[in-house]
Amino acid sequence: MSSTTGVTVRGLTKTFGGAAVLDGIDLDVSPGERVVIIGPSGTGKSTLLRCLNYLDQPDAGQISIGDLTVDAARARKSDILGLRRRTGFVFQNYALFANKTALENIMEALVTVQRLPRADAVARARDVLAETGLADKADSYPAALSGGQQQRVGIGRAMALGAGVLLFDEPTSALDPEWVGEVLDLMRRVAAQKQTLLIVTHEMQFAREIADRVLFMHSGRIVEQGTPAQIFDAPQDARLRRFLARTGV
Amino acid sequence: MQVLDIGYMLGLVPVILGYVPLTLAMASAAMVCALVLAALLAVERVARVPVLDRLVMLFISFFRGTPLLVQLFLFYYGLPQVLPVLTRIDGVTAAILGLTLHFAAYMAESIRAAIVGVDRSQWEAAQSVGMTQRQLMQRIVLPQAARVAAPTLVNYFIDMLKGTSLAFTLGVTEMMGAAQKEAAGSFLYFEAFLVVAVIYWVMVEALNQGQKALETRLNKAYAR
Repeated sequence: MSSTTGVTVRGLTKTFGGAAVLDGIDLDVSPGERVVIIGPSGTGKSTLLRCLNYLDQPDAGQISIGDLTVDAARARKSDILGLRRRTGFVFQNYALFANKTALENIMEALVTVQRLPRADAVARARDVLAETGLADKADSYPAALSGGQQQRVGIGRAMALGAGVLLFDEPTSALDPEWVGEVLDLMRRVAAQKQTLLIVTHEMQFAREIADRVLFMHSGRIVEQGTPAQIFDAPQDARLRRFLARTGV
Repeated sequence: MQVLDIGYMLGLVPVILGYVPLTLAMASAAMVCALVLAALLAVERVARVPVLDRLVMLFISFFRGTPLLVQLFLFYYGLPQVLPVLTRIDGVTAAILGLTLHFAAYMAESIRAAIVGVDRSQWEAAQSVGMTQRQLMQRIVLPQAARVAAPTLVNYFIDMLKGTSLAFTLGVTEMMGAAQKEAAGSFLYFEAFLVVAVIYWVMVEALNQGQKALETRLNKAYAR
């Protein structure tokens, strides 16, 4: 399933308590492009993703995803829903619905938002669950799953929406080291499908492997961007060089 | 001091039991109404609608801050003097109304706390997939809040069941009223009220058992 949905961001600004977390972000992501965002904590990486899904409301700027353009100054409910229908979001702490089984977590939006007939939703959810390698956990509740399994269900929940763009907000940061591998493996398989991806991560090796482009953010701005080779092997900006030195790449 | 008149008591049991359905009906009706009202109040307390929030807080404060008996007297004997339309309200209705408002105020606070206790990231996850506020409340948040609040709510139902005895003061012949009438004829007050006490006690114990079964069921999704 290759994606035909691109992302365009213009002048995106967000302040929390007077401090600019996003300071006029401009970004173009082509359909099927895999973009990894790196940078120190608190530089707006997660906020950028959250604004694309409207979990955080930007103060100003435009977001275009596929055929929909939303201006933060006059975003209506239908605009917000439109952005959410075009993006699947994977959370750092999985955020599975604790009262639903793995299968029901994946089905939920198919039934309530997309209004699929129940049988179709079940079939689709089973397919997705099989892709995540958790077909045998369909009836398990999140409390009975390991962190890695929960995050794989979380990724499945985002995949099942058939949204044009998938957003990963530090998907492995909350995991015990033993579960990181299986989640990255699933993400590699997703990346191989030429789906449009924006991934915030601290897994530099993974970024180098799967990214078409790497963005380095600092203080609410995109300071440098390029291919993994350019960013990791020939960084230009002093802040990027310091960041890479600290993370040991 | 004379010995208990066991024979009289045994004879009284079926008489008082005949009023159990009325007691259960009043408590159940009040519980259903109170649950609905409390859920609405709790959702409002979480959403904090301007102005309305103040009114809800005032409502909760008043009904938690005054005795149930005083509230019942206000509704049944007091209000009809101010609002003549209410003169036709009967004792049973007034008791259900009073129990509903009184216990809704308490239950709203436990439901509110349970709603707030549902992990914030689950709200965000529901929003991120495009669910409406109503869907996320109905399908994700309230079911989980219900599990947390259930033991407390059953306790309030037990209080409510016992609270129906106050309907006696509004002229309703329920278990307490029936015992009072019987005792007035026989002068065996201790025996009559003891029968009432034991019947309440047995009902409450049955509810406690039911609560345990309910908790096991609700915790199913959370077993590791």
